[in-house]
Amino acid sequence: MGELKLMKGNEALAEAAIRAGADGYFGYPITPQSEVIEYLMAEKPFDRTGMVVLQAESEVASINMLYGGGGSGKKVMTSSSSPGISLMQEGISYLAGGEVPCVIANVVRGGPGLGDIQPAQSDYFQSVKGGGHGDYRLPCLAPASVQEMSDFVPVAFDLAFKYRTPVLIIADGLIGQMMEKVELFDQMPRLTDQEVIEKYPWATTGKPKGKERRILTSLDLDPHKLEKHNQHLHAKYNEIKENEVRYELIDTDDADYLFVAYGSSARICQKSVKLAREKGIKVGLLRIISLWPFASDVIKEFTAKGIKGFLSVEMSMGQMVEDIQLAVQGKTKVDHFGRVGGVIHSPEEVVEALEQKIIGG
Amino acid sequence: MAELSVQDIIKPENLVYEKTKLMTDKTLSYCPGCGHGTAHRLTMEVIEELGKENDTIGIAPVGCSVLAYEFMNIDMQQAAHGRAPAHATAVKRLWPNKVVFTYQGDGDLAAIGTAETIHACNRGEQIVIIFINNGIYGMTGGQMAPTTLPEMKTSTSPFGRDVASMGYPLKITELISNLPGVQYVSRQAVHSPAAARKAKRAIKKAFQNQIDNKPGLSFIEIVSNCNSGWKMTPNDSNEWMEENMFPYYPLGDIKVDGKLIEK
Amino acid sequence: MTEEIIIAGFGGQGVLSMGKILAYSGIMQEQEVSWMPSYGPEMRGGTANVTVIVSDERISSPTLTYYDTAIILNQQSMDKFEETVKPGGVLLYDPNGISKHPSRTDITIYKIEGAKIAADMGNTKIFNMVVLGAYLQIKPIVKLENVIKGLKKSLPERYHKLIPLNEDAITQGMKNVITT
Ligand SMILES: Cc1ncc(C[n+]2csc(CCOP(=O)(O)OP(=O)(O)O)c2C)c(N)n1
Ligand code: SF4
Repeated sequence: MGELKLMKGNEALAEAAIRAGADGYFGYPITPQSEVIEYLMAEKPFDRTGMVVLQAESEVASINMLYGGGGSGKKVMTSSSSPGISLMQEGISYLAGGEVPCVIANVVRGGPGLGDIQPAQSDYFQSVKGGGHGDYRLPCLAPASVQEMSDFVPVAFDLAFKYRTPVLIIADGLIGQMMEKVELFDQMPRLTDQEVIEKYPWATTGKPKGKERRILTSLDLDPHKLEKHNQHLHAKYNEIKENEVRYELIDTDDADYLFVAYGSSARICQKSVKLAREKGIKVGLLRIISLWPFASDVIKEFTAKGIKGFLSVEMSMGQMVEDIQLAVQGKTKVDHFGRVGGVIHSPEEVVEALEQKIIGG
Repeated sequence: MAELSVQDIIKPENLVYEKTKLMTDKTLSYCPGCGHGTAHRLTMEVIEELGKENDTIGIAPVGCSVLAYEFMNIDMQQAAHGRAPAHATAVKRLWPNKVVFTYQGDGDLAAIGTAETIHACNRGEQIVIIFINNGIYGMTGGQMAPTTLPEMKTSTSPFGRDVASMGYPLKITELISNLPGVQYVSRQAVHSPAAARKAKRAIKKAFQNQIDNKPGLSFIEIVSNCNSGWKMTPNDSNEWMEENMFPYYPLGDIKVDGKLIEK
Repeated sequence: MTEEIIIAGFGGQGVLSMGKILAYSGIMQEQEVSWMPSYGPEMRGGTANVTVIVSDERISSPTLTYYDTAIILNQQSMDKFEETVKPGGVLLYDPNGISKHPSRTDITIYKIEGAKIAADMGNTKIFNMVVLGAYLQIKPIVKLENVIKGLKKSLPERYHKLIPLNEDAITQGMKNVITT
């Protein structure tokens, strides 16, 4: 068994970056995730593994540092919270276009604008439907515990390099600030420079003798070439959709109804499932882990099996619910419930919403 | 002298000080001992004394003074982190007869907003920038700022600012003073009555420049404390500031009437 | 076993660290734990609270509406959290500074003179450990030896010399808790 610790989600994310063998972290302070860079600065990862940590002058700088680092084949990561992630969108679009691997964690807070610093899940659209300009998608993992804040970091790096794409980790203020027991995975080695050169022939590490030089760009002035590039990206996204859908089923075997939720809302829904079942309501939980690619097929199957309704529970005014509706195609009841602006719904409220909107509605 | 009762003290004829009506009655959200409150008050007193309360638009930053609009009783906008000079640029250009200023911290002005700061200065925008330099990110809990002193401990420089890997404290005020678009630059403090009086004169001159239609931007840096972020009592923080901040950020005028002051 | 606790008081009373030690103790005996503090502007008013859950099972919601136990250390928290104790649950409080005492009859109410005991012991900082002791007397969900292990884990090395004092404080708390 790995080392057991009591940690904040933000700290677990930071420790996991070191242990996953990351080469660099670049970030700018913002609540509720400043503990990530604070933890890294205190841990001196440069002494532990040689990992570079830098406080950038802004999120615009951080995200473009990822282009530089990821583009030269290194495992790089940043983290921020909603306003900072908005600022990164230009860079994220360039990273997607240039097919640069990197990991970006968003510890979401209430918005829009400066909003507040309490937990929210209102960046779903931004995360899965673009955010930046152009036709791109990002794999997006949503941890629901401090353990997963740690576990998802190496998974995210693997996806990033396997598919040459930026990968998002979408948490929220609750997951970031909460402490839970974590079993830390063992230190993974950082790749040596030579290994990077051999493993990632696309990376700009200096033109190899007798071979083509590498260019990382998202620019193509020839529309036909750019069209081809988009088709190539699309094929890659289809492959990701094929292979990387992640979800968890909780108490769904005999369920008449399903909560669909991710992150903290999924945790709250687990309690709601218990409370509802005490009342005799057979409800289960489909916990979405990859926000993109989305578990549409699972929802389709449940619909076909005759589930009587889905309640999407999100700390937003209703974003993920649209993806559920797309999968359900009007064949059964779909509704949304969620508190917003940093207010966290209670397990009881969620049960009430199920009763009113789905069972009674 | 006979002792004054409370009733005597509050009689209008015994009034020795009155809060400017351009400060609202809202309780300041600043930590006790923080310089932000004094800097707010001086700025508002100047606007009041210049008779511009109905013609001034202020831009609040992101930082501890994000709520400046709650306290400054004039029309205000609240900008995204670092972008206040961009707001001010547009307001002033579209309302050239109005008085426009920004109020920004060091993270806001000299880290994330460096581009906006330098370019507003370089374009010679006819605005006033009030820049509070406390050498730390107060709002987010004491992280390193561009102006953090060498060896100074913050939550993101827990072993002290190592200039070799984290860079040197950025003297942004000296930097922008070299730009021809800048009319007036002064560095002040507000930690003592004498310093506050001087700071007020500088702030007044800055606004007067704008009212007199002098070309270019007027920039006032206020070297201030962040007792919470520095983890000191207010008194200790002021002493520490005098001993450590002032040598690095010396007080006084840097540029007057478009001319650098010879040192 | 699942125990859902709210600890609430002023910032500086050691509310968060008390919760943390409890959580660490749970880990020492291989239980699942969660610790969710109030954070941000909520804290500005000077109040602090933390939800701690210790369980043999995977923990569901880390934020809750109702609790098995409320540990209440100031009046504001009493006003807010007395109502949130589940019927049959436990309310433990320090009467010091409380003007409106709890009045519910469907829960068990305990008192601990934590502030006074800590002052008598000559160190007000161990106040939270006295209260923790009182709680563990009522609900021995974690063993004392695991609390000590938890303390060791959560305190930096240089404070380890203070562990015996903390242990005394816990014992004093255990001895002095009373039902009302
Ligand atoms: C895009 C973005 N990134 C980060 C933040 C978080 N943030 C808020 S205030 C602040 C720094 C404030 O420091 P400073 O400007 O020095 O002002 P002070 O609080 O010290 O007065 C940061 C990083 C934010 N609000 N928006
Ligand atoms: S944190 Fe620092 S800058 Fe902010 S109000 Fe407190 S003392 Fe002032």
